Amino acid sequence: MMDPLNLAGSAIFLLLGMAVLALLLGRRQRLLVVVSFAVSAVASLSATVAGVRVVGWSTTSQAIMSIGLPDLPFHLRLDPLAGFFITVVGILSFVVSIYSIGYVREISKQRPISRLVIFYALFLAGMFMVIIADDALFFLISWELMAAASYFLVLFEDERVENRRAAFLYMVVAHVGALAILLSFGVMSGLATGFEGFHGYTFDAMRQAEFPAVWATAAFLLAFFGFAAKAGVIPLHIWLPEAHPVAPSNISALMSGVMLKTAIYGIVRVTFDLIGVFPWWWGSIVLVFGLISAVMGVLYALMQHDLKRLLAYHSVENIGIILIGIGLSMIFRSFDFPLLSSLALIAGLYHTLNHAIFKGLLFMGAGAVLHASHERNMEEMGGLIHLMPWTAALFLVGSVSIAGLPPFNGFVSEWLTFQAFLLSPSLPSPLMKLLIPLGAALLALTAALAAACFVKAFGVTFLGHWRGHHQPHVQEVDWFMRSGMIIAALLCLALGVLPTVVIDWMDTVPEQLVGSRIGTTAGAFGWMWLTPVAPERASYSGPLVFLVTLSVIVIAYLLLHVRSGSITRVPLWDCGFEKVTPRMQYTATAFAMPIRRIFGFFFHIREQVKMNPQAPHRTVPGRMQYTLRIRDRFWGWLYRPLVDASFWLSRRVGRLQQGRIQAYLIYSFVTIIVLLLFLR
Amino acid sequence: MMDLQIASQISSFLAALVLLTAFGMLVQKRVYGLIHLFAWQGLFLSLNTAVVGFVANKHHLYISSVLTLSLKVVLLPYILHVLINRLKIRKEVETVVNIPMTMMIGIALVIFSYHLTAPIRQLSTLITRSTLAVALATVMLGLLMMITRRHAVTQIIGFLALENGLFFAATSATYGMPLVVELGVALDVLIAAFIFGIFFFHIHTTFDSLDVEQMAKLKEEN
Repeated sequence: MMDPLNLAGSAIFLLLGMAVLALLLGRRQRLLVVVSFAVSAVASLSATVAGVRVVGWSTTSQAIMSIGLPDLPFHLRLDPLAGFFITVVGILSFVVSIYSIGYVREISKQRPISRLVIFYALFLAGMFMVIIADDALFFLISWELMAAASYFLVLFEDERVENRRAAFLYMVVAHVGALAILLSFGVMSGLATGFEGFHGYTFDAMRQAEFPAVWATAAFLLAFFGFAAKAGVIPLHIWLPEAHPVAPSNISALMSGVMLKTAIYGIVRVTFDLIGVFPWWWGSIVLVFGLISAVMGVLYALMQHDLKRLLAYHSVENIGIILIGIGLSMIFRSFDFPLLSSLALIAGLYHTLNHAIFKGLLFMGAGAVLHASHERNMEEMGGLIHLMPWTAALFLVGSVSIAGLPPFNGFVSEWLTFQAFLLSPSLPSPLMKLLIPLGAALLALTAALAAACFVKAFGVTFLGHWRGHHQPHVQEVDWFMRSGMIIAALLCLALGVLPTVVIDWMDTVPEQLVGSRIGTTAGAFGWMWLTPVAPERASYSGPLVFLVTLSVIVIAYLLLHVRSGSITRVPLWDCGFEKVTPRMQYTATAFAMPIRRIFGFFFHIREQVKMNPQAPHRTVPGRMQYTLRIRDRFWGWLYRPLVDASFWLSRRVGRLQQGRIQAYLIYSFVTIIVLLLFLR
Repeated sequence: MMDLQIASQISSFLAALVLLTAFGMLVQKRVYGLIHLFAWQGLFLSLNTAVVGFVANKHHLYISSVLTLSLKVVLLPYILHVLINRLKIRKEVETVVNIPMTMMIGIALVIFSYHLTAPIRQLSTLITRSTLAVALATVMLGLLMMITRRHAVTQIIGFLALENGLFFAATSATYGMPLVVELGVALDVLIAAFIFGIFFFHIHTTFDSLDVEQMAKLKEEN
């Protein structure tokens, strides 16, 4: 048996080697697709095995690789926390790699795909490296590798202006974030060694150091800002709804499913592990931003008609839910409630795993729809359930999971988050006793809105009739894409039905970070019943709910289908109006209208109804034109002024640029003379 | 002890010659003349390095002396020669500022360097301490040359002269840098010269001239 760290390391080398091999195989595109994604799947699977074992056995293995800069070797470490995230990344990468064999093969018929393959492998390698890095240098190098590779992946179809703009925006936000992370590590490593040696750059040195409160706060705020930019926490989310829709769908699945999770990993690593001791208000910052992201994310998602954009906003929402769990855990920990803290942490991490899988599934489903119908706007779709039954069923599984309905996995983690919320009255401060349960109400609102949103997404896309002008030739996707989605759907089900097994497995992570585990109480009544704190408080039995749901479905099916001829298809009753067309179906805009009215102040809405001027009378308008534009308010509030200011400043600075070499030389000459004169 | 005295004198004399060639380059109008002056400067530098190596009993300085000789006296002037022949540059070098004015600025810079290094000369115990001011002046004169000339080839000669000054400063301030660093720097200079050469060809083909003023056209309008 290989040591888990070796196993993960060889997975990374396999991926890096694949990137090199892809350069050589550039001429044989069809072969390249099969080989590279098969290799990626194997690498991801072995990384997953490594991660599962590390978490299960609660081992920690370390290694030092003396490559990189002289005297600054790379440190690697695989502890339960890293193992958990390796598992999350590995599982989804495995599924998406299988899906990609089919998906990218279709793309390769239209354009060369070497670039996609190379950056895909580098992207996966970067994510694994970020997680096993145990020093600031290696972490940042991996982080940048991941960011750069994903930038090129977003830019894959670079002939469209929209894509270049989205990729640029993503790059800017990613780099501002990376800068903040760099500064945060700088503060910590400087304090760890007193700004004298370089050896504070290892995470071990940071773990052992005790930071003064002010500097610890600075390091935390910088790190939180930097990771939040990557995770897409509101108001730093603007790149997400731009970049996800334009990337190829397998990439969107990975970016949304697991790349955002590396930022969650970073937040957990820095706060719980590296800094270690923190005041309660750090947790409340994380909690508040989590709540804002959850509620606003889902509200924005409801307004979208582009299927992938909608999913991107849901990533903002789900990152919010994850941060709620982590924020609660931080609050409980600073008040010294290890059991509650580990419950909240488990809730957050469980949702991390769940979101990776169901969001991956949904993006893969969206990719299948996109690929088959060449349409992104769901107002133009409809009735796809008849043409793509597999995709429809699998997308439905994803929708039910993300909406947080039992027996699928979304329910379990959101339920655990609620349990954590409802235990907050045990906190000592009366103010928090009052305020934190309000957060639970917001979380409930989020869950309900998410359900509404996926009723809309699924209903408008798959049900009814095709709304577009001319129906395209739509076909079900091939077996590679289907099997990728099937595995993800089965995982959604398994994680929802057997939460006790999963929690028992991942219990070592809170044990490492907060020193307590919930397995003893959560699994006290065997694998059937999940009882997070005490059975008289709350309990949930995944298997039981699953069996009941299944039997209801089976009975309903039998009742409907057992007698042949009990279902007859007849023309739609048109209320006596004879010209019913598919355009008259319920639309996505109409579905979202009540919510748009209620929460209108969150959006920048421009709604116009244009009547036909030649109409004989107002009551007989003949033709009407309705336009609706909904925009994020944050762009106007926060980013527009920032962009304007930076353009103004660069125009000013631009005057220095004369275009003459002599002028530039004089600048440096004068600078040298002045420095020599005044600072000697 | 007599030996040391004489060696120190020789070193100072060579330093003076380096400074003289630097001024010579400032006023020289012909490109060939400039290259010859540059080669002379390299020769004086190399001799000075060898003398310092002898005095201070540092053997690695001999290596850098040989390196300087081969690189700055033979190889780089040869490359520049080839370049000029290929590009058929015959005409005189035009300057931005007139020559007497340049000389005046140069003299001011030398005085300034002496003023700057005065405290170091009192602190230092090395025999080469008096040449530090010359080294600094050579750096500044190289930079001045880059500023006042418009021709691309003179720009690179100015740059190389500046590098000569840096090397000289290293020798006179601390008896030279570690050999590894020196080898690295020598390689850098060589590569820089090659890159400059390639750029010259491109500039020449694009603008049909090597006047760097032409490059102001590259600036975007705003």
